Amino acid sequence: MRFVLRRLGFFLLTLWVALTLNFLLPRLMPGNPALAVIGSYKGGVSPQALKALEAQFGFTTHESLIHQYFTYLGNVFTLNFGISLTTQPGASVARIVLDAVPWTLGLVGITTVLAFILGTGIGILGAWRRGGRLDSIMPPIFVIMTVIPYFWIGLVLILVFGVKLHWLPYFFTYDYTLTPGFNWTFISNVLEHAILPAFTLLITTIGTWILTMRNNMITTLAEDYVRMARAKGLAGWRIMLDYGARNAILPNLTGFAMSLGFVVGGAILIEQVFNYQGVGWLLLQAVNNNDYPLIQALFLLITVAVLVAILLSDLLTAALDPRTRGGS
Amino acid sequence: MATLQTPPEPGGPLEPGATAEAAAPTLLTTEPVGGLPTFGGGLSGARSVRRMARAVTANRKATVGALILLFFIVVAAIPGVIAPYDPNAEIFPKLLHPSAQHWLGTTALGQDIFSQVVWGTRPVLLIAFGVGFGATIIAMLVGVAAAYLGGWSDGVLSLITDVLLVIPLFPLLIVISSYLHGAGTGVMILVITLTGWSYTARQLRSQALSLRHRDFLEAARVRGERARYVIVVEIIPTMTSLLVAAFLTNALYAVLFSSSLQFIGLGNPNTTSWGTMLYWAENNEAFQVAPLWIIVPGLCIVALGAAFALLNYAFDEIGNPALRPVRSMRRKRVKRSG
Repeated sequence: MRFVLRRLGFFLLTLWVALTLNFLLPRLMPGNPALAVIGSYKGGVSPQALKALEAQFGFTTHESLIHQYFTYLGNVFTLNFGISLTTQPGASVARIVLDAVPWTLGLVGITTVLAFILGTGIGILGAWRRGGRLDSIMPPIFVIMTVIPYFWIGLVLILVFGVKLHWLPYFFTYDYTLTPGFNWTFISNVLEHAILPAFTLLITTIGTWILTMRNNMITTLAEDYVRMARAKGLAGWRIMLDYGARNAILPNLTGFAMSLGFVVGGAILIEQVFNYQGVGWLLLQAVNNNDYPLIQALFLLITVAVLVAILLSDLLTAALDPRTRGGS
Repeated sequence: MATLQTPPEPGGPLEPGATAEAAAPTLLTTEPVGGLPTFGGGLSGARSVRRMARAVTANRKATVGALILLFFIVVAAIPGVIAPYDPNAEIFPKLLHPSAQHWLGTTALGQDIFSQVVWGTRPVLLIAFGVGFGATIIAMLVGVAAAYLGGWSDGVLSLITDVLLVIPLFPLLIVISSYLHGAGTGVMILVITLTGWSYTARQLRSQALSLRHRDFLEAARVRGERARYVIVVEIIPTMTSLLVAAFLTNALYAVLFSSSLQFIGLGNPNTTSWGTMLYWAENNEAFQVAPLWIIVPGLCIVALGAAFALLNYAFDEIGNPALRPVRSMRRKRVKRSG
């Protein structure tokens, strides 16, 4: 119980830090971002948006910082994120963000689950057949895989499968010419557009799962109870799954809970490369357009998702591993 | 206040691939030289450096990593000698195919791609080493101080570390860079260093915690040494190999993060570096016209990242014998069964 309370306290604290960072960053930076926006979009910013901008960045200093801070906190808690300045001028930020979320959840969410299942499975097999072909090929390959920038793999895949071979589409979430609807043409088109970005994400993230699972599995397989199971003459697959994998999977499980939080903001570059209209793509659009209200809202969304996931994974650890519950 | 008193559980988003946390003890526990404080630190430090050098040459992964790194360091040191042209001069016909004059062809702006790749090595390495050293030093000071001082200071320092650890780093970097409008090499080093030290601080703290009740530290305490002296002269030299691992981790992330930021146009687009090359390549539809413009800078990033990762991986194996390649283990098993 004490553990749970402590993690809850930590969650609230980090949430507060993230909120405060979001508030302070534009005010701490050299130069005034608000003025920069006004400067670069003279005439393009509606009076309404201008007023919102004033409030958001406090570049009119007739209000004290403390006062601005509490107004900001109030706005966040009532989910009032203001109005987009430049990306979709005048549209509510919350609306724009909500439109982008499902695309990201679909693409990155499904891929994360796939990567976890495949990676964990390969890791188990690799550790079980220690020194076998799988085990000796996999780790070096995936060490290399984890250092390849996501976006560059995306670029290369576009080059090969999109531009050279013309096998798959690589631009946007679906074909412009189609009207979105619940029919097979549209759905299959969406799926087709998701293949390349999903594959990119899969091959760049699966390595971590494999390596963690393999390394934990190796440690577990050295335990006495595994030797005991062997001595009893249990079937190999039972030792592998019930004795080895079951005890070694905890770090992967909590890692999985955590990675669900990174789904929202975890594929920024991939969405950018494929022009996939999700949260990450939207963030970069907002950055390119100096659309600060949108940037702030997206950063908050991405951070909160991660914080919630970390809280959940802590609670999951506590539920699954009694050793962590004891307090210190 | 309970949260402040007891350090939170290790539950942050620790990169599962980096098992360095478990690593190192075997290497770094050179016998503590308690009696000769002034020599003691230096000696054990030098000795573990020598041990590490031996370990690098003995481990194939580490050797490959070190050679790649050395190659890029040489290129970054003398780009003017290697590159045939000024990387920024837009003086050649646009989009030439590779030839004897232009090994990798030219860009859509008429620059020599090979010269750009060569000159682009320097900023990337500067960022890697700058962040590597900077973040590791912060991590070392925070982590070791937290572990050694304990109590209230540990609570506060660990809390700061953990908060920074859970805030998603790349989105944070994007947001900060977006307010900075075109960060040059120096600013980028600063930003990545200040946001990126927490993961390694965490590792160094847990290592230092395990040293806390060693005899040589008790001896220093009995002698009445000040905390600053004990941390710098007694504790830190015994952690050399873990510090190297922390440096490698930070350098690797710096390479990936900075290239990514430059790729999305958040660096200074006028610096010639691999990331900005990719930015210009993507913006000029290089897919269709000059694939090498995309492929080569990317491969360089991968090679440099792999160098750091291979070295780090090797250090994991050196420190954690269970992860070493199995050849020797299998022999043992055969012996046992036979």
